[in-house]
Amino acid sequence: MSAVNSSSNGTPKVGVYVCHCGINIAGVIDVKAVVEFAKTLPNVTVAQEYKFMCSDPGQELIGKDLKEGKIDRVVVASCSPLMHEATFRRAMAAGGGNPFLFQMANIREHVSWVNKDKATATQKAKALVAAAVRRVVFHVPLQKTQVPVNSDVLIVGGGISGIHAALTMADAGRKVYLVEREPTIGGHMAKFDKTFPTLDCSACILTPKMSQVRAHPNITLWTYSEVAGVEGYVGNFKAKIRRKPKYVDENLCVGCLECIEACIFKKGKFKDEFNVGLSLRKPIYIPFPQATPLVAVIDPETCAYFRTGKCKQTCAEVCERKAINFDQKEEIKEINVGAIILATGFKTFDAARISRYGYGKYPTVYTSLEVERLVNAAGPTGGEVLLPNGQKPKAVGIVHCVGSRDEKTNRYCSRVCCMYSLKLAHLIHERTGAEVYNFYIDMRTPGKGYEEFYDRLMRENVHFVRGRVAEISDWAMTPDEEGKLVIRAEDTLVGAVRRIPVDMVVLSVGLEAQPDADEVRRMFNISCSSEGWFLERHPKLAPVSTFTDGIFLAGACQGPKDIPDCVAQAGAAAAEALALIDRGHVELEPNTAFVQEDFCSGCKTCVPLCPYSAISFDTSKNKAAVNGALCKGCGTCVAACPSGALQQNLFTDEEIFNEIEGVVKYV
Amino acid sequence: MSYIYFPGCSLRSTGRGYEESLLEVCRALDLPVDELEDWNCCGATSYMSVDESKAFALSARNLALAEKQAHSSSDIQMMVPCAACYLGLNKAQHYLKEFPDIRARVNKALSSAGLVYSGQARIRHPLDIFTNDVGLDKIAAKMTKPLKGMKIACYYGCQLVRPYADFDDQHNPTTMGKIMTALGAEVIDWPLKTRCCGGSLTGTIEDVGLRLSYVILAEAHKRGCDAIATACPLCQFNLECYQGKMNRRYGLNGTVPVVYFTQLMGMAFGLSEKKLGLKRLFVPLPERGAVAAEGGAHVRG
Repeated sequence: MSAVNSSSNGTPKVGVYVCHCGINIAGVIDVKAVVEFAKTLPNVTVAQEYKFMCSDPGQELIGKDLKEGKIDRVVVASCSPLMHEATFRRAMAAGGGNPFLFQMANIREHVSWVNKDKATATQKAKALVAAAVRRVVFHVPLQKTQVPVNSDVLIVGGGISGIHAALTMADAGRKVYLVEREPTIGGHMAKFDKTFPTLDCSACILTPKMSQVRAHPNITLWTYSEVAGVEGYVGNFKAKIRRKPKYVDENLCVGCLECIEACIFKKGKFKDEFNVGLSLRKPIYIPFPQATPLVAVIDPETCAYFRTGKCKQTCAEVCERKAINFDQKEEIKEINVGAIILATGFKTFDAARISRYGYGKYPTVYTSLEVERLVNAAGPTGGEVLLPNGQKPKAVGIVHCVGSRDEKTNRYCSRVCCMYSLKLAHLIHERTGAEVYNFYIDMRTPGKGYEEFYDRLMRENVHFVRGRVAEISDWAMTPDEEGKLVIRAEDTLVGAVRRIPVDMVVLSVGLEAQPDADEVRRMFNISCSSEGWFLERHPKLAPVSTFTDGIFLAGACQGPKDIPDCVAQAGAAAAEALALIDRGHVELEPNTAFVQEDFCSGCKTCVPLCPYSAISFDTSKNKAAVNGALCKGCGTCVAACPSGALQQNLFTDEEIFNEIEGVVKYV
Repeated sequence: MSYIYFPGCSLRSTGRGYEESLLEVCRALDLPVDELEDWNCCGATSYMSVDESKAFALSARNLALAEKQAHSSSDIQMMVPCAACYLGLNKAQHYLKEFPDIRARVNKALSSAGLVYSGQARIRHPLDIFTNDVGLDKIAAKMTKPLKGMKIACYYGCQLVRPYADFDDQHNPTTMGKIMTALGAEVIDWPLKTRCCGGSLTGTIEDVGLRLSYVILAEAHKRGCDAIATACPLCQFNLECYQGKMNRRYGLNGTVPVVYFTQLMGMAFGLSEKKLGLKRLFVPLPERGAVAAEGGAHVRG
């Protein structure tokens, strides 16, 4: 397909527009020289410079030349196509041209920002302009295709972010599938007693939302479930959801607890996940009184029936509603959705990784999440701060930045620890009267009412020692240290090493990405930062979008966040997903692969290579066929095709070879 | 393959018992060991604080000699028992890898002696080799006189595990404890395993140095240990030789034997006190009676 001949108006007429970008480009590149050079290139009918091509007058230059018939193709030499390709394509369409008869030469990021020498920079800019001109001649008019959007949405993760996004979308009339891995929704927030800085009761503000989720006609809630696979593309995803068996029928169970009473284990024997191991549960359990759904679950790892086959099944006997079903099997649900919101949250840093803090060695060293349960009225001690010996601590040390701001673990600040440490300091001081020492590097309290809360804590006579803790040990040097844990830290305000004996240590652990974040990212075809957080499309301007259209992020899976930020982001993700769905259709880029059937030998090399399952094989014709709606334009099949039968729009061999020749021929 | 053994200066002077027991233990474990020919001082901490590039050159010469002596360039394993040498050689290797300019300068110096440093040698401490190459099972199998009834405080010192050791936790190392447990000893848990013994301060600022040694001894004593096991000649020297002075100055209540972990391994293997350099101790180990008779069956189970 010779693009030159297929051009609508015979000989191509290329307009070249070189942008100054203020001094970003013109400060390094001799723009005039580039324009004069462009005028000498074959097929160029217009070449001019402009201060800001992306401005309205800049765009109008293109439209005017198109309308006057001076040009039918355009090269803009300016910034990266990531910034303004869409802008200039729109300008072409506004001028009556086909937006794909356009090519950008990136002379800013690729030239002026990375070169100091004016002469060589100008030479490179000329080469890139020559390449673009030579290439654009072979472009053919293309059309975007439109496909309808499914109006349902999948939300993965039932913490506060997933809950808020689900309710927002459901209230807007969309059908929502909310999938949660644990037996109940609520996430980390359900474990907290109070929230900073207002000290309002966490359960009191969360549980109404949880019960709204349960009751909402537009929400299908699947707990104890995981996404097993995702296919498709923006507007038309197909997802498989694996529903793990609870061995209790959700539709029959009313959460009366009788089965738990009747279990052959008279007392709890296994670590209670919800209380982060601070209490023991039975094999059949309900995580906490406001669990949603309020349904018992049997853990086959610990249940005597599943382990030995020998059990009187007293739980099933007492259940009047016959809800217990030992034969329940895993179920796979297949759903079609138009958009997906990931709200998979975080995990806390494993404090045992820093051995010098003694977590796991000294029973009175706790993580902050454990202390959240200790201070919680519904927790294992009924909200009393009690040590394993049943006593209240007289002195408590809170160690900030455990697993944060540390080259050996995580370099980033976890953002929430300063504030939750203050909250725990307040609660511990209030409930025990203990002296509370905060060991901090810097206090980071930017947020509405946060600094005021810090100030309040100082007035409550909580102690603050500026310095990272070196070690926590039971090594007593003086009689008053005997039987205590000694926190050793450099007090950098005093300039001295301090040893502070305490009865209890709270390690303020940082936030980390979920351990399976990488698998999840692959499944949804999105990216992760080097620390494992899901990567947003743009840190400032597209904070809840991802590089995969139709997949949005909410909450701490994107990075450490407190509850207000999670809720704000969940609302934003829901709004973005609604905007996509309410448009009713999506436009697909035409940069897809296509088969030139005359050359296709039917070898099927391409079929298994396609990561998006976009290639099928037509057995009647013995030829491969590409589904343009599924193709993402990655080019894998094009490179692999042994006979060159597969080509890709905007990346044909002619276009690429001529672009290369443009670089080498004119400079 | 045999390990290229780098004794370092201390094992030929204050740390004679370390070398004697180490080589006996290697022999008992059938570990082939060849001494590095024509080795020199590693530079230690003193040279490093005066002139870094000369210190690196001293260490790099030993590494280059090991490369030359090795039979195969792909598997050069050095056995470095002294904690200071282990740190010095490792530091040189890390700096030469990271900073091409230091490496170029050092290689220029080495070339005048016909040597080249390429960075191939692996620097291994005996604790690493015993735990990971030999294995605890094989060590336990060699035991004839278990250390039953002995309470040992394992003391690693500050130089061995920080910052370069990759075979153990840098703040709570456990390899020595695992070997001692495998040989029937009771290992006491204590938080001062990697605290500084005072190093060369004992000879320069005595007050500070002695105080640092004293807190370690006092804590080990308080926790009821029969002996402190060390892996560093300077730690052994500081902790053992000044106990009289510490008794007078701080009231250290009694004495604590300070031995090399290799000496304890040798005892468990049934080697003689003389071969293990145990007669060199100023604070002798307590008499142990007839523990040995039943051959360690109770430990191996």
